[in-house]
Amino acid sequence: MVENETIILSTTNLAIGYLTNRSKLVVASDINFELKKGQLIGLVGANGIGKSTLLRTIIKVQPVISGNITINNQDLISIDSTDLAKQLSIVLTEQLTSKNLSVYELVALGRHPYTNWIGNLTTSDENIVNNALKLVNISDLKDKKCFELSDGQFQKVMIARALAQDTDIIVLDEPTTHLDMYHKAYILKLLQHLAKETGKTILFSSHEIDLAIQLCDTMIVMTKEAVICDQPCNLISNGVFESLFPKDLISFDNATGSFRVSK
Amino acid sequence: MRSNKSYNKQLALLTAALLVCFLLNISLGSIRIPINEIVSGLYGSAENKTWQIIIQDFRLPKAITAILVGSGLGVSGLLMQTLFRNPLAGPFVLGISSGASLGVALVILGSGLFGGILATYLVSKWSIVIAASIGSLLVLIAVLAVSSKVRDTMAILIIGLMFGSITAAIVSVLSYFSTAEQLQQYIFWGFGSLSNLSWNELTIFFGLYVIGILLAIFSIKDLNSLLLGDNYAKSLGLNLKQSRMVIILSTSIIAGTITAFAGPIAFIGLAIPHLTRQIIKTSNHRVLLPAVCLYGSIVMLICDSIAQLPASDYILPINAITALIGAPVVIWLLVRQRKMMF
Repeated sequence: MVENETIILSTTNLAIGYLTNRSKLVVASDINFELKKGQLIGLVGANGIGKSTLLRTIIKVQPVISGNITINNQDLISIDSTDLAKQLSIVLTEQLTSKNLSVYELVALGRHPYTNWIGNLTTSDENIVNNALKLVNISDLKDKKCFELSDGQFQKVMIARALAQDTDIIVLDEPTTHLDMYHKAYILKLLQHLAKETGKTILFSSHEIDLAIQLCDTMIVMTKEAVICDQPCNLISNGVFESLFPKDLISFDNATGSFRVSK
Repeated sequence: MRSNKSYNKQLALLTAALLVCFLLNISLGSIRIPINEIVSGLYGSAENKTWQIIIQDFRLPKAITAILVGSGLGVSGLLMQTLFRNPLAGPFVLGISSGASLGVALVILGSGLFGGILATYLVSKWSIVIAASIGSLLVLIAVLAVSSKVRDTMAILIIGLMFGSITAAIVSVLSYFSTAEQLQQYIFWGFGSLSNLSWNELTIFFGLYVIGILLAIFSIKDLNSLLLGDNYAKSLGLNLKQSRMVIILSTSIIAGTITAFAGPIAFIGLAIPHLTRQIIKTSNHRVLLPAVCLYGSIVMLICDSIAQLPASDYILPINAITALIGAPVVIWLLVRQRKMMF
């Protein structure tokens, strides 16, 4: 099990936020965590605490304010976009410009970092795409157009696209929004399965704390005071979840590992 | 893949249709020339010498111009719609045609300022082409300079519209101080025209067109990434600023050249990509780009044939015909499909 201990992504004294011309707005600082190969990591926290900012900084959409992020022992800043595309893939909440593509075509876009100037798929590319479709159980949707799909199906397609990109890390920003309870559990369960099956490190942000506690290997909890990264059981016994939200409405029940509405 | 084959079949059919339209376009006009004579006329061996001249010096260059204009405007419209994620974008959203109009307006309307003798010299065919080129080139440089600074793609769209407003305002001021003849000449330029291009002009036109189209072909992969949105495209390793630059450059070269040689031809650039997406149901640019070229050429050839009013001496303004014929077709397609493909 030595391989499972390989650190894929780590941050040291990371501060995240927004840089404007004259000032910088720090959203969170002192972020230190290590994400290992084959792990499923859930990122939770209240609205506006900076979950998206953290993910956007990791996927290099936003600059690091201070400290650093290391991916496969390389500083994120020194990785150029073509190399990063082979190490990190993303699933975002934003709408696609066009859904007028077949599922296969969309998943095949994940091969772009590897294909030639006009995007020709080789046989091995096609195999990887088909394999990604199979892993996510959507091989039968292959020829459907993306606009014909339900939200749950479409989320699976986007996950398959990220898988086809064949990266060590997949980052998902709130993959369970707009989904019903069943599909929320289904998608997170699927991510857990994929992390085990493919050895990829999967980091997602979510408001489904209950589900995340049950499925994740590691969780990153963002509170106003600190950013804590640990195994879910340790987080519960340390009482981290209790400090997540103001206590006037909901409180965390250590016994069941879920939130209850205060009476 | 099954779907790829069906795309290829559609493209082959379109190519055949283009060939038919091409021959018909040459055949129809104030004098009708039989199709079999056209084929020999193209090789320079028509029996009738008049027909030979008509084909060689008038109809053939006009038909080629129609193909270049139709396919070029279609492609640049497609590039802009994908880049700006906006179904209302067309080749001229960046202010290219406004720049060209300003150049032409300065030459035609402003010629009074340069004095009488100079004026007649200035308002020749080439001076209009050059003025239009310089005008669109200046706008192009301004847009490129801005786009290298701006991070948000949508901002470029607004800036392009602003350039359009500025040039329109200057044209209004110029028109206010112009004579009726000058205004008429300016308006006639605005009607657009596919005829009157000599082989020399056509060679230059073709050369620039090829450069623009090559840039578009090199952008196919980037355009497909952009279908996912800017952030996804970046995560696939796309250099957003660079590919945006290439796409804008391609559009500007194509649309600028067309405006310089054929006038500001509206509608085609906006409508052809929609027409194509309604019929060939995909956004994959590897299929869409050639399809848009073919559809654009076919529609332009048909519009030109209608504008010539077969068997009469009248020629209607091409700009009016494209919208008169094209708009109902697009409306009909959208109503029939009940859904806009994008």
